[in-house]
Amino acid sequence: MDFGLFAQHTMNGLMLGMMYALVAVGFTLFFGVLDVIKFSHGDVLTVGAFTALATFVGLKSMGVASTTVELLAMLIAAIGAMAVLGAVIAKAFVLPLRAAPALNTLLITLMLGTVLREAVRLFYPDGANPKPFPRLLPAESVSIGNFNLRLDNTIMLAAGVLVIVGLQLMLNRTKLGLAIRAVAQDEETAKTMGVNFSAIVLITFAIGSALAAFAGLMNGLYYNEINFGIGLYLGVVGFSAAIIGGLGSIYGAILGGFMFAALQTIGAVALPFASAYKDVFAFAVVIVLMAWRPTGLIPEKLSERV
Amino acid sequence: MINLRILGILASTVIFAGLLTAAGIGPIQAKDKVKVGFIGPLTGGTSANGLGGRNSADLAVRLRNADAKAKYEYEMIALDDECKPNVGVQQATKLAADKELIAAATHYCSAVAIATVDVYHKFGLPVIVWGAVLPDITYRNKYPEVHRVNGTMINQNQRNAELISKLGYKTFAVIHDTTDYGKGHNKYFSEALAKQGGKIVGTFGVTSDQQDFAAELTQIKSLNPQVIYFGGLTPIGVRIRAQMDKLGLNNVVFDATSGIKSDAYIEGLGKLAEGSLSFIEGGPIERLPGGKSFLVKYNAQNYPNPPEAYGAFAFAAMSLILDTIESVGPDRKKVQDTLNKVKDRDSIVGTITFDDHGQNTVPVITGFVVQDGKWVVWEDSEYASGKRKLPGQK
Repeated sequence: MDFGLFAQHTMNGLMLGMMYALVAVGFTLFFGVLDVIKFSHGDVLTVGAFTALATFVGLKSMGVASTTVELLAMLIAAIGAMAVLGAVIAKAFVLPLRAAPALNTLLITLMLGTVLREAVRLFYPDGANPKPFPRLLPAESVSIGNFNLRLDNTIMLAAGVLVIVGLQLMLNRTKLGLAIRAVAQDEETAKTMGVNFSAIVLITFAIGSALAAFAGLMNGLYYNEINFGIGLYLGVVGFSAAIIGGLGSIYGAILGGFMFAALQTIGAVALPFASAYKDVFAFAVVIVLMAWRPTGLIPEKLSERV
Repeated sequence: MINLRILGILASTVIFAGLLTAAGIGPIQAKDKVKVGFIGPLTGGTSANGLGGRNSADLAVRLRNADAKAKYEYEMIALDDECKPNVGVQQATKLAADKELIAAATHYCSAVAIATVDVYHKFGLPVIVWGAVLPDITYRNKYPEVHRVNGTMINQNQRNAELISKLGYKTFAVIHDTTDYGKGHNKYFSEALAKQGGKIVGTFGVTSDQQDFAAELTQIKSLNPQVIYFGGLTPIGVRIRAQMDKLGLNNVVFDATSGIKSDAYIEGLGKLAEGSLSFIEGGPIERLPGGKSFLVKYNAQNYPNPPEAYGAFAFAAMSLILDTIESVGPDRKKVQDTLNKVKDRDSIVGTITFDDHGQNTVPVITGFVVQDGKWVVWEDSEYASGKRKLPGQK
């Protein structure tokens, strides 16, 4: 395999991995603060992507032509709306079930995800069809042999890195981050130290859902096409990534996301069977990894839990 | 004694009723209701074609009900198979188990149609397939219940391979989905292409709901083919074409099947759709023998969606069912026997003749290319006249 080809596969894998990691980080945040699995997370991503698209259509009909304005508005609308949606889900469905078995939360969010997905399909105009997503980032590209380095992909990758670094700084350097970590570590003690438990939970769900909205927008800009089913698959992959990374650990989720993308790329490229089996390969490796390290590659340590 | 008397009364009632009908007194009352069925993908990625087919079949029923000379009043039960075989089998069973339902026009997706033929055979429900193109649907078994008005992917791929080879293209990469539909296209295209002397440099099977094709397309890029042949449906067709652009694969022809011949393909891609090829059984609705009047009638009903590529076939299938019920009455067995003998029947999609497998033997194949955001018949396009060139064309 020549260098260009290798670089191209690496770039493809990195883009995929970034989206998976952003979703996985959401799962891990929710698990960190409440020890719950929120299965509607992927569908929140779908709703976020469609919110961005609706914002774009709205701006176009108002005659806005600047792509920068459009992009900013889409980013703000999608992230804002999903943060609110995430907090509402936490308030209405997750917090009230605190005393119930964890399985109930899992089930209720699974059903909620279906409701969100079907709502997009039924209520977004022609929501059952694949929707074209506008190209808003500069599309210049450099070709080096088989490698086609695109400016838009580079920008998205950089933006993803910034978001993750920002999240990390927020968790480790700010008072809010301290509170989130305190709640994650020990709810009772955090409460006695004056941390407003419900508020922190809502904020964490808002942050996780905002990350999903960002991933949804990125998904749209990368593929230039979205459909009501994108979140279902990304949800499953993001969840698996969070699990193999070690549920509750941010680094684990990121590692898991990129690893899953790498496995898929290897499955499609380096292995002798049809590329349709790449998911079979990737998930099979996940199963083996889970058997080997049941708590994940970077297990949640109580003191480091976020 | 009493028994005999009751029998006598019964017999005379039956005879009297028969006389009434024979004498034409019956029609004074409301016409008898007859149920017919329709199944297609009404939701999901291929729903544009499903809804177009549903509306077209509905049009046939509406026109017949508006006809004062029709003997029966028809009610069409339209069900959604979501383009998923398991859902299709459920819906087919639902239709077939309804004894009042006489016949049905069924399925756009091949994977669904092939999964349901056994159901129709078991329940003895005569059906006419209106859109699915997998040859096995009619040819794997010899079920007297199953008929098809459209041609198969064998015919379609022969025409495809001939045309693309004639344009001077020699090397091909194949992407197909791993359903029966995609695998069938791969098989028949590869066979047809081998006869034309084309070379396939790589074949990639992908799942029918895959999102990311970067890995496959990067591999293809390194194989450097002149054409990417795609055997699959619109949703992933849109994704593959869009991602080809992302990888700088724009000097390659995107040569596809009837599966992407929908307005949704162009809507999903915008300018990138330009130069994509597709082949369908039959012709564009405007060019079909009865196409113009079909479109006028279709538009008069103000359906919210266009009839799409296979609407005319759904209309022809449903019309044929209604004609048959009119002539032999609402009886599944009789309808089936009559359908099996259909020969040289005029319809809006041309002449229909069913062979011993219920397959229409005289399908027309038409090639299309996207030109300025529209599917244009190949022969009428500026690509055929030489005014424009396909990517990499000499």
